[in-house]
Formats: sequence, structure tokens, C-alpha cells
Amino acid sequence: MLEVRDLTCERGGQILLSGVSFSLGAGEALILQGPNGVGKTSLLRTLAGLQPAVSGEVIHAPETVAYASHADGVKAALTVAENLAFWADVYGQDVPRDVFEQFDLADLKSRMAGTLSAGQKRRLGLARIAVMNRAILFLDEPTVSLDGFSTKRFAAYLRDVHLSNGGVAVIATHVDIGIDAPVLDLTAYQTQTASGQSDEAFL
Amino acid sequence: MIALLKRDLKLAMRAGGGFGLALVFFLIVVVLVPFGVGPEAAMLSRIAPGILWVAALLAALLSLDRIFALDFEDGSLALLATAPIPLEAVGLLKALAHWLTTGLPLTLIAPVLGLLLHLEPQANGHLVLSLLIGTPALSMIGSFGAALIVGVKRGGLLLSLLVLPFYVPTLIFGAEAVRRGGQGLEAQGALMLLGGITLACIALLPFATAAALRITLR
Amino acid sequence: MSFWEYANPRKYMEWSSPVMMWCFGAAPALLIAGVAWGYFGTPNAARFEASVKIIYLHVPSALMAINTWAMMVVASIIWLVRRHHVSALAAKAAAPVGIMMTLIALITGAIWGAPMWGTYWAWDPRLTSFLILFLFYLGYVALWAAIEDPDTAADLTSVLCLVGSIFALLSRYAVNFWNQGLHQGASLSLDAEKNVADVYYLPLLCAIAGFVLLFIAMVLLGTRTEIRLRRMRALTLRERKA
Repeated sequence: MLEVRDLTCERGGQILLSGVSFSLGAGEALILQGPNGVGKTSLLRTLAGLQPAVSGEVIHAPETVAYASHADGVKAALTVAENLAFWADVYGQDVPRDVFEQFDLADLKSRMAGTLSAGQKRRLGLARIAVMNRAILFLDEPTVSLDGFSTKRFAAYLRDVHLSNGGVAVIATHVDIGIDAPVLDLTAYQTQTASGQSDEAFL
Repeated sequence: MIALLKRDLKLAMRAGGGFGLALVFFLIVVVLVPFGVGPEAAMLSRIAPGILWVAALLAALLSLDRIFALDFEDGSLALLATAPIPLEAVGLLKALAHWLTTGLPLTLIAPVLGLLLHLEPQANGHLVLSLLIGTPALSMIGSFGAALIVGVKRGGLLLSLLVLPFYVPTLIFGAEAVRRGGQGLEAQGALMLLGGITLACIALLPFATAAALRITLR
Repeated sequence: MSFWEYANPRKYMEWSSPVMMWCFGAAPALLIAGVAWGYFGTPNAARFEASVKIIYLHVPSALMAINTWAMMVVASIIWLVRRHHVSALAAKAAAPVGIMMTLIALITGAIWGAPMWGTYWAWDPRLTSFLILFLFYLGYVALWAAIEDPDTAADLTSVLCLVGSIFALLSRYAVNFWNQGLHQGASLSLDAEKNVADVYYLPLLCAIAGFVLLFIAMVLLGTRTEIRLRRMRALTLRERKA
């Protein structure tokens, strides 16, 4: 469903990673690991099509993809339900009825998102992913500021709902979120060339 | 896609800021003018078309930097860029939301403020019509400018510098239409040209806006 | 060798140096010759009196103020389409030159206008258009200065330059509509019948050539500076990474 061939990606004119290749079939997940600054976010943004790849190919059907950064676009002045309804609408979906239970938001439905705690806001951000109902997920640090219980809930959603329905997920994280998936250590792809493509011309 | 428009309108109503602020600013500028130029009715009546148009233009400028900046900061913009809506449509809808929350209310209260400035009563129709036709162009141009500076921290002042020269043609034709209306002259030409600018802005600027957003999000 | 290879930064540094030197040498010579010839070598026109002689500065600077923007448009398109860095940097380097040309045109215009119209400033369509052009230049330079990443800045300023051109033209037309002015028609055009007498025409051409060379020299110099700055940035980044 998702195939990545010899991908090179950059940030701010600096090439960070090169030669990244992997492929995922239905129901498979991949966990990206590596120290801060190695290029996890840039790789995910490249995969999601937010920034162009320097070289290489990402093969997937674009209309099956959803991306979630650690800023999850939650609007403080909208209620929890309104936030979810908006993203569902943008993706042409209905809000599934059980999504509030899945992410432990049932009691918070009509609360303004601005009054939520950091962890609750993150759960809302993750519920957004479920609402979009896309087969390929690119998740950037999905469990930051979640407590252990909520992390387990999210892992359960990914495993029991998303992946078991044939979805695919690429997850950047540096904590163990409790999903049984192969780990790709990005330090192996860190590039040796010191300069990015745009600066190279001036050296 | 209507969801985005509905959300932006809801946010504008709830989060305060933009919506009422532009109207209050419009009122204050118009109130300040007589203190600056003197209370003489004939003089005020003569400059009223220009003052009303300039004030409306500045009021519309106030909330421009919020068009994309808030969505950029909380990550919504990147998420929208990967969503199944073309960014061109995002730019167009955001400009439409800006117009509905600033341009349209400004248009509606303009005749009241015209009263304060002794605007010729026969020019009221021209005032409303010209603002109705012209302010959408202000929102379109503004959203293009906002897209250019969305990645710049505290870009509000820069935005004014970028956008104001773009407003010259709209201002000229808009104020001219009202002036002619007041003098009982034929104003159709100015209104047609104003409409032409607005239509061209609606047709073409979303592409430039989307290009600027893509560059910043890259 | 393809034409585009001259746009490679290293290649550019090689060829631009001697060209720039020649231009810097020839520009003052032509300028001084043109202005001196014009000032001492032509009779005072009865209607305009001696003040007309400022056209040797006014007309060429006004011409270059517009042509600089045109050059920036071309450079922006080349950058957006072919992504030659030198092209983007040349546009960046041209903007301050354009500002200077616009200022010279406005100031000499005011000096010329004072005795002729009895005022330093009038909201004449052409004067107004130059003032608007001046604002467009300022916005362009401000946008370059505000954005940190050089490629992003180049992209966004190029978009601004292209869209701005359309609005600058529109403003020109709108300003005409707004006030039918007191300016005389174009004093110099290649195809129309000459409405400036030959005695003025030749020194004027000489001064224009001087301004063109001065423009080229200054843009080449500015671009060289920008290239060196980018090179410094690239080296610093490499150092930090190593």
C-alpha cells in the first residue's frame, strides 16, 4: 500500500536523510526512531507530500493519506464535538459514534477545547485521526503529553481498529507506544554530505 | 468545503477580536476626522467619500494577518494542505470568511457613518454599492498578502506595507464612484471598473495565495 | 556551453568582475559627458528656460526606475522556472537600485516642477505612479528582509514581484482615470515622432546610456555581494555540521 524507494529529504536546504527505502502492506505499521534532529518530522512531511523529496519516490494513492503533526490544529474556541465535526466534514466523513468512547472524550463532548488539559487536547487531536478515516497514517509523535492510560488507549485504537481493518501507519516516536511493529532507526540514513542542495551551488 | 467557511465564521464570532473590532475602528476613524479638519459641514461633505473609503480600507486591513496566522501556528494549515481540499479553495474560502466578517458589516454601517460626515444623501446608494462591490477585492488581496507573510513572526506591520499599494486601484474607483454619486454624475464607469478588479482578484489571486502558502509550508 | 551556465555562481563570479569594472569605468564617463554636453552645449528653450536641463537626469532615472522592475520580473520568472540562484539574487540586488532610480526621478521631477508648475509636488498621474512604484519597491525589499530562509524568501518575493507588476500597471491606469494630469507626453520614444529637438536628443541618449551602465554595474556588484553572503552561510552551516 505504501512504498518508499531511495528517498532523500531535507530541511531548510540541509539534506538530512538519504537512501530511505521501505514498503508496507495492509495492516502493517512502521516505527521511526532516532535522536532529535535526525529528520523524523522532515521524513514524515515528505511522505505526506507537504514538502518535495530531493530525490527518490513515495508510492501511494494520495487520497488515502492522512498526516498528523504534533500541532494538532485544535481550535480553542470550538467544542470538542465541533472540532471533530469540522475535520470529518473536510475529509467527507461522518463522525463515528464510538469515537468519543474510544478516546475517552464522551464527558467532554460539549466542552470548549480551550478549557481542556494538555493531555485531553492531545486525545482530541488523536480522535481527529480516527475521524478522518484514511488508510495510510503518518503520525508525528502522537503520544507526546499523554499519560500511560491514554497511550494504551491510542495503541489499542491503532492496533484493533486501524491496522486490523487493513490500514497502514508510519509513526515517529521516541517512546515505546506498545505496538508490535518493526522499528526503523533513522541514524543509519543520516547523510554524510554536509550541505543541502541549495547551498551546494555556492561552495 | 463549506465546513471551513462555517468554522471560520464561528471562530470569528466566538474568539472576539476581528469581527467587532473592524467596525469599532471604522467608527473611530470617522469620528476622528472632523476633529482633524474642522466641523464645517460643506468641507466634511466634500471629503466624506474619500474618508469613508480610506477608513473602511484601513479597518479591513486590521484583521488581515489573522486570516492564516492562527491556522499556521496551531498546525491547522499544514493539516488543511494535506486534506482533500485544494489550497486555492482554502485561500478563497478564508478570504470569503474575512469579507463576511469585515467587508460586509462595514458596508452595512457605512451609511450611518456617512451621516456623521454629512455625505450627500443621494450618494448613500453609491457608497453601499461601491463598498459591496469593492471590499471583496480588499479581502482577496489581503489574503494574498497574509499568505506571503504567514511564516514571518509579527508580520502585521510588514503586511500593511505589502498590501496597501495593492489597494490603490480599488480605492480610486470606489471613492470616485461615491464622489460622482454625490455630485449627481454618472458613476457606472467607476463601478464597472471596480467590479472588474474584484472579479479578476477572485479569479486569479487564489492561485497566487495557494502558491505562497505552499512555499511557506514546504 | 549553454547560456545558462553563466548563471552558475562560480562562473558568474568569474565573468561578472571584468564586466562590472568596465561598466563602472564607462558609466561616469558617459554620464558626465551627457550632462555636461546637455548643460553647456544646448540652447535654453524659450518656454522651459534653463530648468529643462534637468531632463538629462530626470528622464534616464525615470526610465531605469521602470526598467529595473521589469528586469526583476524577468529574473523572478527565471528563478521560479529554472531555479537559478543567481537570478533570484540579481532580482534582490536590483531592488535597492530601483529604489534609488525612483528617488532620483521623483526628486529631479520636484526640482523641475517647482519653477514650471509653481509647486514641488502635484498629484499628477505620472508623479503619483512613481510614488506607488516606490512603495512597491519598499514592500519587495521589506519582504526579502523579513524571511530567514533564502530560498523561501526568493520564492515569495518572486510571487510578490509578479503579482505586484499586475497591480502596478493597474494603478497606473487607475491613476490616469483619477486625475488627467499636467505632465507633457512621453519626451522620448523610439517609434513615435520625436517631440524633443535633436540638440537635446543626443546628449539625452548619452546620459541614458550612462544610467544603463551604472545600473548594470550596481546590479552586478550587488549580486556578487549576495553570492558571497550565501557562500558564507553555506560554509558556516557546513562548519556547524562537521
